[in-house]
Amino acid sequence: MKYTFNWSVLWTGESGQWLLSGLIVTLELSALAWLLAVALGVVSGALRTVKFRPLRAVATFYVEFFRNVPLLVWMFFWYFGVPPFLPEVIREWMFGHGLEFWAGVLALGVYSGARFSEVLRSGIQSIPRTQMEAAVASGLTTFQAYRYVILPVALRIIIPPGTSESLNLLKNSSLALTISVAELTFQTRQIETYTAKAIEALTAGTLIYLVLCIGLASIMSWVERRTAIPGLITSGGRRR
Amino acid sequence: MMESIASGLDVIWRNLPFLMIQGFLGFGNFVGGTLRLAIPSIVLGFLLGIFIGIGRLAPQRWIRLPATLYVEFFRGVPLVMVIFWMWFIIPIVLKTAIPEFGVALTAFVIFEAAYLGEIVRAGIQSVPRGQVEAATAVGLSGVQTMRHVVLPQALKNMIPSLVTQFIVLFKDTSLASIIGFMDLTKAAQVVNNREIRPFPIYLFIAVVYWVCTYSMSRYARYLEKRIGPA
Repeated sequence: MKYTFNWSVLWTGESGQWLLSGLIVTLELSALAWLLAVALGVVSGALRTVKFRPLRAVATFYVEFFRNVPLLVWMFFWYFGVPPFLPEVIREWMFGHGLEFWAGVLALGVYSGARFSEVLRSGIQSIPRTQMEAAVASGLTTFQAYRYVILPVALRIIIPPGTSESLNLLKNSSLALTISVAELTFQTRQIETYTAKAIEALTAGTLIYLVLCIGLASIMSWVERRTAIPGLITSGGRRR
Repeated sequence: MMESIASGLDVIWRNLPFLMIQGFLGFGNFVGGTLRLAIPSIVLGFLLGIFIGIGRLAPQRWIRLPATLYVEFFRGVPLVMVIFWMWFIIPIVLKTAIPEFGVALTAFVIFEAAYLGEIVRAGIQSVPRGQVEAATAVGLSGVQTMRHVVLPQALKNMIPSLVTQFIVLFKDTSLASIIGFMDLTKAAQVVNNREIRPFPIYLFIAVVYWVCTYSMSRYARYLEKRIGPA
């Protein structure tokens, strides 16, 4: 099999448009899933450190079950398994409004939330116990102590591992192609299908992912330096 | 409600041999198996990872730079992309198509070696400098020091992270189903195409994956406690 390169397939025809729309879908999917993941991660990560046992058990179940099953299985589960149980009206609406996209957001968000949760928990546990005791002693309720004392510090501590989890989320969004969400990897495959130029198409997709990941990592290392707590974080803007 | 649970369990029961023996273990009419892919992937990936981890710490720039680029490249790209790369490139390079197993195995080894390389590097760096100096003082060469003094100690420190990475790899093998490899996930898809009962089928394989990964993560935690920080 002799392979002849033809890079022009990337800028002729509809390739450029496909890549651009794939990039946008990847970013939309990742952003929405990220919001869901952070919300779930913060709540369940905090709950795993509270004294009240039942709350801790619920959070632990969520984290251990969702984190330990492949994301691909969750994609199929949310896309094929769950919709039949929804009421007729909602199902009709969802089929008309990109069911695969929302299933993808849910699968990626709930899965990554369990991973964020572990990051946050280790962040909270790295804060000295005396902080919590001081907060309670000065008259804050447990909720207030978490809201005003523990979480603001924990969220700044976890920026480096949080960044690396966020990049994982971005890369994992490529799995949504299996439930036919037209994201970047899906569009890369589409170019390959139409032009039969696999290497060119894959190079374009790979480069876009690399630029996204390296770009985000650099931005976050700048954020990390800006939000560093003096005397607490000494790593000082190390990338990943 | 009760009826639907019973019929769901019945679907699982009827397809259990196919899911577990063909999909999970890899014995049957198809080339497949989650375990049959995961185990050689971690072994070969680790062997390549040792070289990359050592390369990352090499004093020579011409070794260090490619090893660093390798790690940074593969950690910035989704695994699905790497699988597609192998899927298209191997036939071009070898001038012949190879089975899905070979494609998936190559992709996993190359991809995981980047992550395993970082674990090896961290393991080597966790060995106190004095050990290297002592080895040099008693007259061992660089390679001998690495082989007989540093690596054995580094390996012990690496074990918990290696188990954790194996869990990640074990979950990642589900991606081989995308190119048609008959692993547990693909077997579930095949069964679902026949039965059209996605909820119980996908929930069942989720539980199978969970039982494996969770017991491995408990084991990693136990090892961490037993070995303790170096």
